[in-house]
Amino acid sequence: MLFAILIGVLFAFIAPLVYRLLGRYVAILMALLPLALFSYFISLYPRVVQGEVIIANYTWVEALAINLQFRLDGLSLIFVLLITLFGFLIMIYASAYLQGDPLLGRFYLYLTLFMTAMLGIVTADNIFCLFLFWELTSVSSYLLIGFNNTNKQARVSAWQALLVTGGGGLALFAGLILLSIASGAHTFTGLLAQKNILADHASFLPAFVLIMVGCFTKSAQFPFHFWLPNAMAAPTPVSAYLHSATMVKAGIYLLARLAPILSGPDVWFYTLAGVGSITAILGAVVAVQHTDIKAILAYTTIGALGLLVMMLGINSTLAIKGMLVFLVAHALYKGTLFLVAGAIDHCMGTRNISQLRCLGEHMIPLGIAATLAALSMAGILPFLGFIAKEMLYEATFTTPWLLGIATLSGLVFVAIALLLSYRLFWKKSSKPTPPRHALSIGLYLPPLVLGIAGLTAGLMVSSVPSKLINGAMQQIVASHSNTYKLALWHGFTPVFWLSIGTVILGVSLYRFLPFIRIRSVGMQHMYKYGPDALYHRAFERLLHGAKTFIAKLQNGYLRSYIIYIILFFCGLLLIVMWRDPSDISFSQPAASLNETQLYEFVLVALVIAALIYLLGTRSRLTSIVVMGLVGYSAALLYVLFGAPDVAATQLLIETLTVVIFVLLLHKLPAFTYLSHQFQKYKFIAIAIFFGAVMTYVMLLVQARAVDSDLKKFYGAASYEQAHGRNIVNVILVDFRGLDTLGEISVLAVAAIGIYALLRLNSEKGGKP
Amino acid sequence: MDLLMPFMIGTLFSVSLYLILHRHLFKLILGLILFGLATNLFLFIVGGLTRGSTAIIREQETIPKEPYADPVPQALLLTAIVIGFGIQAFAIVLIRRVYQTFKSNNLNDLRGDRGPEKKKH
Repeated sequence: MLFAILIGVLFAFIAPLVYRLLGRYVAILMALLPLALFSYFISLYPRVVQGEVIIANYTWVEALAINLQFRLDGLSLIFVLLITLFGFLIMIYASAYLQGDPLLGRFYLYLTLFMTAMLGIVTADNIFCLFLFWELTSVSSYLLIGFNNTNKQARVSAWQALLVTGGGGLALFAGLILLSIASGAHTFTGLLAQKNILADHASFLPAFVLIMVGCFTKSAQFPFHFWLPNAMAAPTPVSAYLHSATMVKAGIYLLARLAPILSGPDVWFYTLAGVGSITAILGAVVAVQHTDIKAILAYTTIGALGLLVMMLGINSTLAIKGMLVFLVAHALYKGTLFLVAGAIDHCMGTRNISQLRCLGEHMIPLGIAATLAALSMAGILPFLGFIAKEMLYEATFTTPWLLGIATLSGLVFVAIALLLSYRLFWKKSSKPTPPRHALSIGLYLPPLVLGIAGLTAGLMVSSVPSKLINGAMQQIVASHSNTYKLALWHGFTPVFWLSIGTVILGVSLYRFLPFIRIRSVGMQHMYKYGPDALYHRAFERLLHGAKTFIAKLQNGYLRSYIIYIILFFCGLLLIVMWRDPSDISFSQPAASLNETQLYEFVLVALVIAALIYLLGTRSRLTSIVVMGLVGYSAALLYVLFGAPDVAATQLLIETLTVVIFVLLLHKLPAFTYLSHQFQKYKFIAIAIFFGAVMTYVMLLVQARAVDSDLKKFYGAASYEQAHGRNIVNVILVDFRGLDTLGEISVLAVAAIGIYALLRLNSEKGGKP
Repeated sequence: MDLLMPFMIGTLFSVSLYLILHRHLFKLILGLILFGLATNLFLFIVGGLTRGSTAIIREQETIPKEPYADPVPQALLLTAIVIGFGIQAFAIVLIRRVYQTFKSNNLNDLRGDRGPEKKKH
C-alpha cells in the first residue's frame, strides 16, 4: 500500500520527460496511474467494508516519531476512491482542455503530485505524515492555480490560496503537536486510544482552536472562504478536481477523522454548527448574485462545504451518515458541473450566463451531463443528491434554525441547478449562441461519466454505496446503531413533503434570479469590507511596511550599516549586563594604580594625546605619523606586559603599514571638509557610547579574571612534548601549526588581491 | 596601570569608530587600522595582564615558573595582528582604486544607485 501511495511522486516527476517524448499522448500514461490505483483500492474494498483496517508502516525519523504510517479504513476508502476516480477523469479531460499547451507536461506533474498528496492525506495515520501531505496539497494547489502564469489575476490568487491554506496548515501543525504532547501519541489510532485524557487536558482548547483554523482554511469556511472563488482563476480541470471534489474536502476529512477524538465537549457543536451555518448562508446568498458560471459554482461549493461542516457539528449518527452521502453526491454533481463549465468556456469563449443561450442545440452530450448533475444537485428523486438532502433535513429536523439553513441552501441549489441546466441548455431562444469549435470527446465524456455515476449511485444506494458509507461510519461513530437504512424511498414522511416544497420554492426562486442580480448591484459596496478586501489591504500594508523598513535599514550608506551593527552589539551587551548585574570593585585595581610607574602614565597620556590630535589634523602625512606613534606605543605596552613576540610583530607590522601608506599617499584623496554639524554630534555620541561600553566590559572582565586551564596545559606541555622554551612560539608553530598555515594562506590571498588591484587598469578595459 | 588601560582602549575605540563613521575615504582607512589595534589590545587585556614575566621557560627547567604571562592570548594576538595587516593593506589599495575609479573621496557618492556612468564597455 505504501508503494501504491508513493508511486505518484515518481509518475509526477517523469511527466514532463514523457511529454517531451510522447507529446500529448502523455495523458494516456498519466491517466493510467489513477485508473490502476482505483482498481487497486477497489480490490481492497471487500476487506475494508468488513471492518478490516489495512496498515502500512515504514520507519523514517524514528527519534522524532515522524514515520510513514498509513492506514486504510472505511473513511479513507471513500476518499481514495473519489480521488482516484476523479483523477482518472480529470487527466483525460485536461488533455482535451489544455490541448496544444506547451506546458502540458508540467501540468501533469503538478496534478499527479497533487493526487499523491491527497491520497497521502486521507490514508496517513501519523500526524506529521498527514501534515506533510497537507502542505504538499497547498503547494501543488498554488502551482495549479497559478498555471496561467502570464495572468496577473492567476498569480495573485495563487498567492492568496497558498498563504491562506498554508498558514492554516501551520496552525493545524501546531494543534496536532499540542495533541501529541498532551497524549503522547503520534498517530490517529494512538490519539483515539487516549481521547479520555485529551478531553480534560489543559491544552485541549488551544489545540482544538488551531486544528479548526487549519480545517476551516482548507475547506473554505467563513471567514477564510475568500480564497476559493479567487482560486477559480485556475484552469477548469483544476477547479473541478481541487476546488470542488477533493482538496477542499480535506478539511472535512480531517474533521471527520478527529470527530471521535475531539467531539466530546460542547465547543465542538457550537463551533462547527455555527461556522458551518454562516458559511452555508453566505454561499447561498452570494451564489445567486453572480453570472459567471465558475463563480456561481464556487459559491455553491462554499455553501455545500458549510453544510458538511454543520452536519459534522451535529455529530449524531444520522447527521454523520447524511454528511458522508452528501459529500459523495456533491463531489459527483459539482465535479460534473465544473467540467461542463470548462467545456462551455472552451467552446464558447465565455462563462457568462447572460451571453449563453440554448447551448443544447450544438452540445447535446454536454447538456445531458449538466442535466444529470443538476437533477442530483436539486435533489430530485432517483439521484444520490435526493437521498443526501432527505438525510440533511432528517438530521436537522429537531433544530429549527439548522433546518432553516438547510432549506435555504436547498432552495438555492434548486434554483442554481435550473439555471445551469434548463436555462443554459434547453430553454428555447431565437438566437442560440454558436460555438467557436465543436465539442471534442475528451470534453464531454468525463462529465457524462460523472453525471451517470451520480444517477447510478442513487439507484443502487442500498448496495455498494451503503456498504462504503457504513464502513466509514464505523470509523467516526463508535457505537453506531444502524437506525437509518440508506434507501431511495422512505414513504410520505414530513421530510419528503419538505423536500417537495423546497423544489417548488426553488423553481420560483429561479424565476426571480434576474431581479436578484439587478438588486444585488447595490450590495457591491459591502465587498469593500469583506475578508477578501481585508486580505488585500493587509497584504499591501505588509509589503509596503517591509519596503519602508528595508529601505531604512539597507539604505546603501556604509555608515548606517556600521551604526546599526554597533548599536545592536552594544544593546545586546547592555541587556546581558542588565540581566545579571554585577558590581565592579575598584579597590584592587586602584591599589595597583599606586604602583604605576611614571613612564606608564606617560605612555597612556601620549596615546590619548595622539588620538585627540588625529581628530583635528588636516594633513595626511601628519596623521600617518600619528598613527605610527599609536602603533609603536601599543608595541611598548606589549613589552611591558610580558609579550615580547607580540611587540616585535606589532613593530614590524606598524612599520610596514606606514611604508605602504606613504608609498600610496599621493594617490589617496586629500582632506576636504565633509561633515554636517548635526551628523557630527550624532557620530560623536555613538562613538563615545561605544567606547564607554567597551571600557565597561574590560573593567568587568578584569574584576573577575578566570584562570584558564589552557595556560597550565601549554606551560606543562611546551617543553615536555614540543621541546620548545618559548611557549608562544611553540603554540604557533607546533600545537596550532595548521592555524598558522591558514593565517599564511590568508596573507597570500590578500597579497594576490592587492597585486591584482594594483595591476588592474580600468582605463584599458580592465586588463593590465 | 591595570585601571588606566581600559580607559585608554575605550578612547581608542571611540576615536576609531568616529573616524570610520566619517564620510572621507582616507579617514575610513585610519579608522579601520585604529579599530584593529584597539581590538588587539582589548583581547590582550581580556586575556589577563601579567607584569614583566614572559611566557618563556628558563634553562634547566621543564615547566615555567609562576607568575608568567598567559601564552594563549599572545598566540591569538600574533595571528590577529598579521591577519589584520593583510586586511589593512588590502583596504588601503582597494580604497585607492575606488578613489581612482569614482573620482570621489566621499563615501556617500558610492551608493549603487548613484554610481558613475558605465565607461566604455
